[in-house]
Amino acid sequence: MEKFNKLSGHAIPLRITNVDTDMIIPKQFLKTIKRTGLGEFLFYELKLDQDGNEISSFALNQDQYKGASILIAGKNFGCGSSREHAPWSIADYGIKCIIAPSYADIFYNNCFKNGILPIILDEETVSKLQDTAENTLNFNIDLEKQNITYVENNEQKEISFDIDPAKKNCLLEGLDDIALTLNKSVEIGNFEGSQEKETPWLYGNKLT
Amino acid sequence: MTDKKTIYDKIWESHVVSTNDDGTTILYIDRHLVHEVTSPQAFEGLRISGRKVRRPEFTLATADHNVPTSDRDKGIADPDSKLQVETLEQNAKENDITYLPMSDKRQGIVHIVGPEQGFTQPGMTIVCGDSHTSTHGAFGALAWGIGTSEVEHTLATQTLIQTKAKNMCINITGKAIEGVTAKDIVLAIIRKIGTAGGTGYVIEYTGEAIRNLSMEGRMTVCNMSIEAGARAGLISPDETTWEYLKGRPLAPSGKEYDDAVEYWKSLATDDGAHYDEIVEVNADEIIPQITWGTSPEDVVSIDGFVPDPKNEKNLDKKKSIERALDYMGLEPNTPVSEIKVDKVFIGSCTNGRIEDLRAVSKIAKGRKVAGTVHAMIVPGSGLVKEQAEKEGLDKIFIEAGFDWRDPGCSMCLAMNADKLQPQERCASTSNRNFEGRQGRGGRTHLMSPQMAAAAAIKGKLTDFRDL
Repeated sequence: MEKFNKLSGHAIPLRITNVDTDMIIPKQFLKTIKRTGLGEFLFYELKLDQDGNEISSFALNQDQYKGASILIAGKNFGCGSSREHAPWSIADYGIKCIIAPSYADIFYNNCFKNGILPIILDEETVSKLQDTAENTLNFNIDLEKQNITYVENNEQKEISFDIDPAKKNCLLEGLDDIALTLNKSVEIGNFEGSQEKETPWLYGNKLT
Repeated sequence: MTDKKTIYDKIWESHVVSTNDDGTTILYIDRHLVHEVTSPQAFEGLRISGRKVRRPEFTLATADHNVPTSDRDKGIADPDSKLQVETLEQNAKENDITYLPMSDKRQGIVHIVGPEQGFTQPGMTIVCGDSHTSTHGAFGALAWGIGTSEVEHTLATQTLIQTKAKNMCINITGKAIEGVTAKDIVLAIIRKIGTAGGTGYVIEYTGEAIRNLSMEGRMTVCNMSIEAGARAGLISPDETTWEYLKGRPLAPSGKEYDDAVEYWKSLATDDGAHYDEIVEVNADEIIPQITWGTSPEDVVSIDGFVPDPKNEKNLDKKKSIERALDYMGLEPNTPVSEIKVDKVFIGSCTNGRIEDLRAVSKIAKGRKVAGTVHAMIVPGSGLVKEQAEKEGLDKIFIEAGFDWRDPGCSMCLAMNADKLQPQERCASTSNRNFEGRQGRGGRTHLMSPQMAAAAAIKGKLTDFRDL
């Protein structure tokens, strides 16, 4: 997995709460058997009207946010379906960091599997950052130091954030979870052995 | 620390393989359900890295999201859908995983097939690349939805790296009023705690009204735990649970069944166990519930009104009400019983089981679907379909003017050909009323099967008890 350490870029304010993964990537784009190339479908139905015309009021369509790598979103971001196509499309679009007051559990977890840093800050701070983002400022994200820095009105600002150390490490190192777990194959085998003794009905049945 | 444990604590502890240095846990996964939408990239990942499926016999695959619900003999028309289903079949074959194809009468929505086959059992850990995996919690199993990376991790290792969630108890006190269903109970819960209320928790549902539910009803409640923000919801197993499992193809039999029942009895939450959060809901205050907006928390009783954003002081909330009203094409303060519908969808992993269809048949019998409405009934599996036809329910549906179809996820998420047209309004027994969920611009109202059937007949949302 791609590592995440530092990021510098513009941010897109998305002032909607409870953004669900159907909104992030609608179902018609889930028919793929690949995980690449989904960026162009990100927020598809918020971005384009039913005739395929760009909706100019939507932030992603505005020139000032082109090339932005940070999304500043509302609370409970990523709720609903477990589709990993949501973080795939976000990452493929070029967004590597999300800032929101809260996330749905599955989406939050999926971000870390795809080199995306989801930062949690209080609602008031997020709202202020959304205002700041409108001035097309450059934000610097430093995962190691756990802070966001930017210059506003010639003044250096710094906001620190919390993150679970295990999740932080996973992003910093770009770890392959599966390889790490496979190192524990002996333990997994031992577990299976003792489980089979205690609850033998879990073993041996298969549909034909 | 108390030695009293919740069912979640017990299942968690009995599945710990090892604890990593960073405090995360490698948790053993007993069963894995696989469908065509969230698995191809996982199998591809295994292929690229040269890894094998560790326990193919603990994995069950079926296609449900993309399958057509009519004219099946013609196959799948959409080439992308077809490729996805064929890819699953190929992946299952290559990896020695049991796959139930469209032609098998046991095919259906994964969350209906698992329980039907006895694949789902109390005390298990069960995952699937699908957020409605919480359904299986009805059996006292710890079941949750995962992303495709974790699907791959489960296939390769039969484990997942997890951090333990908090315990929440939702206690439904009192008896449900006659005609009030599991769907109304769970909608009332989401109305109370909101779509993020359960974030970070595993919910256990307790109380008399839960105990009185059949397994089907319990599955409906646990199914929508994710709409309350919780990855998993569960119910301590009891007599109802083991009776349901008896004789199922993958359930233990003979002496093993007796041993299993003894084990299952030990899973129930201990009296005095600690919950991090307790929520009380009175069953006797719940009447049929429906959603008016675009979030599953936008719930009102059938005798209620569409909300007025003017009355909302929280600015964020006010904005989201305005957005939802605009999308739904509704005026504030409209009595919900005046809302007309164009389509009715009865089915899904929430309400596509035999008990749901029986309830619908009682409403449909001797009545007609309104001329302005197209109403479809999509059984959750081939076996549900077969059972319904054995009981003659199909004749009642067809006689009343319902469209009786083949099993699949269908218009719950509209990945196949079944979808709403822009601005069409639907009374739906599914689980999500998100913008565009049932088709771009489509407007979804969630409700129980009885309420959806009544909406089909009246052509508008209506309290089915008044029919």
